[in-house]
Amino acid sequence: MNQSINIIEVEGLSKKFGDFYANDNLNFVVKQGEIFGFLGANGAGKTTAIRILCGLSKPTSGKIKVANFDVYKQTEEIKKNIGYMSQKFSLYEDLTVEENIEFYGGIYGLKRKVLKEKTNELLKKLKLEDKRAKLIKEIPLGWKQRLAFSIAIIHEPKIVFLDEPTGGVDPVTRRHFWDLIYEAAQEGITIFVTTHYMDEAEYCDRVSIMVAGKIIALDTPDGLKKTYKSQNMNEVFLQLARTEE
Amino acid sequence: MSNFSIDIQNINKSYEKTTALKNINLSVNKGELFGLVGPDGAGKTSLIRILTSLVLPDSGQAFVDGFDVVKDYKKIRQNVGYMPGKFSLYMDLTVLENLNFFATIFGTTIEENYELVKPIYSQIESFKHRKAGALSGGMKQKLALSCALIHKPTVLFLDEPTTGVDAVSRVEFWGMLKDLKSKGISILVSTPYMDEAELCDRVALMQSGEIMQINSPQQIVNDFSHTLWQLKSDNLYKTLQSLRNWDKTHSAHAFGQSVHFVANSSKITSSEIKEYMEEAGLENIEISGIKASIEDCFMELMTNNPTN
Repeated sequence: MNQSINIIEVEGLSKKFGDFYANDNLNFVVKQGEIFGFLGANGAGKTTAIRILCGLSKPTSGKIKVANFDVYKQTEEIKKNIGYMSQKFSLYEDLTVEENIEFYGGIYGLKRKVLKEKTNELLKKLKLEDKRAKLIKEIPLGWKQRLAFSIAIIHEPKIVFLDEPTGGVDPVTRRHFWDLIYEAAQEGITIFVTTHYMDEAEYCDRVSIMVAGKIIALDTPDGLKKTYKSQNMNEVFLQLARTEE
Repeated sequence: MSNFSIDIQNINKSYEKTTALKNINLSVNKGELFGLVGPDGAGKTSLIRILTSLVLPDSGQAFVDGFDVVKDYKKIRQNVGYMPGKFSLYMDLTVLENLNFFATIFGTTIEENYELVKPIYSQIESFKHRKAGALSGGMKQKLALSCALIHKPTVLFLDEPTTGVDAVSRVEFWGMLKDLKSKGISILVSTPYMDEAELCDRVALMQSGEIMQINSPQQIVNDFSHTLWQLKSDNLYKTLQSLRNWDKTHSAHAFGQSVHFVANSSKITSSEIKEYMEEAGLENIEISGIKASIEDCFMELMTNNPTN
């Protein structure tokens, strides 16, 4: 893990919709190979910020660099250097496991030979070799999640954004998924993850907590627990994230 | 007629090749807050849909409030409240229009049952002229619950009301369920969040269409039959990996920044564990014996019933 390189740099990020500040002066840095937890209640502004970091939406103001590219001008370069996976992952249900891998590999411009190797490697790692010809709709949710994650990093991006990746699976499957996350982080891929499971927040190297468009805490899980005199991240979150509706 | 609010006997249900429910037996007492706890595919939604008369079982019998879910489906629909996983609100109607609509369908009025929904509805009443589609997730949830309650049901079915909802809103929602329970309404609620099991009177832990265990959360935790160790070190991932390669390991799972460890012999000592971890090159080792949580119990039951 090379944690000296800044892979995401955010200075004074604000995003306004009309008079409403969805993001209000965010400042943070994410290091290469770090697992960064991006927490907040529903409606706190997480999705708005993630869309900006992925080059899908422009900020109102602020200086933001992702993988050393500017979010105002270099959005295409950003898209090539990041991976993205959400709970509604974008696998094609009517394509097979193998076809999905080939489709996404193709979109990311992997050469035919490289893609072939990658596909075999990936199927082996996920123990899906005998399932390669199965349609996505026929495989269990836990496998879909693991496959979706592996496809999100098939082009070896510098950063992968995971938006509530583990909803709905059993506790054992959820932990298998985190094994993949650790492995990717050890290989130097930066993980930027949102989750509603507070025990997962504890698996992160550092965690930020957003309330009403502002980041109000950012530290290691241990640091946050100390600061807020809490036993676990759930208590920290409940203290900080009281929402007003 | 039984004294149970919900009585389920040998219910089976399959969809083509997939078995959704295998021989389900359970009963819910009057005024009980009962949880169906399990991941996607456990059979929670199928069971709730059978109990609300929306799906027919292949075999077995079930009674809600003494009514047969197949023969007396009309009675059931009048008497139960149901909040499906995807809110069945009309997004183009306002908050007030939605509530009025559900009241009218059940032949009642908002005024008649206002007292029951007041604690929940009053939180969104200031937005009553806003369209449901323009509400936040938390407010939609409150409106959907108000609509499911407006005809004063005897039994309330809630299918994953807190999925995808943040930790703060989840705490609030369970507070509302407690209030409803204190008014004598029986509640059957499903959830994929293991920690919510602790908020129910009793729970059924479900996996792949089967009930693995039914009991009070306290009893489930007390019945955990192994010694559970909490292990910490400077490197969580490495700790997990080295434990998985140990011939003395029964199970090792990540829990936040620690590992929960069960040995395959009850005779193991903390110094033995420490020695192994030190040999694996781990530092800052902390070892303590702890009490199991529902999640520990669920994973242990899964290992014993490898249905997947």
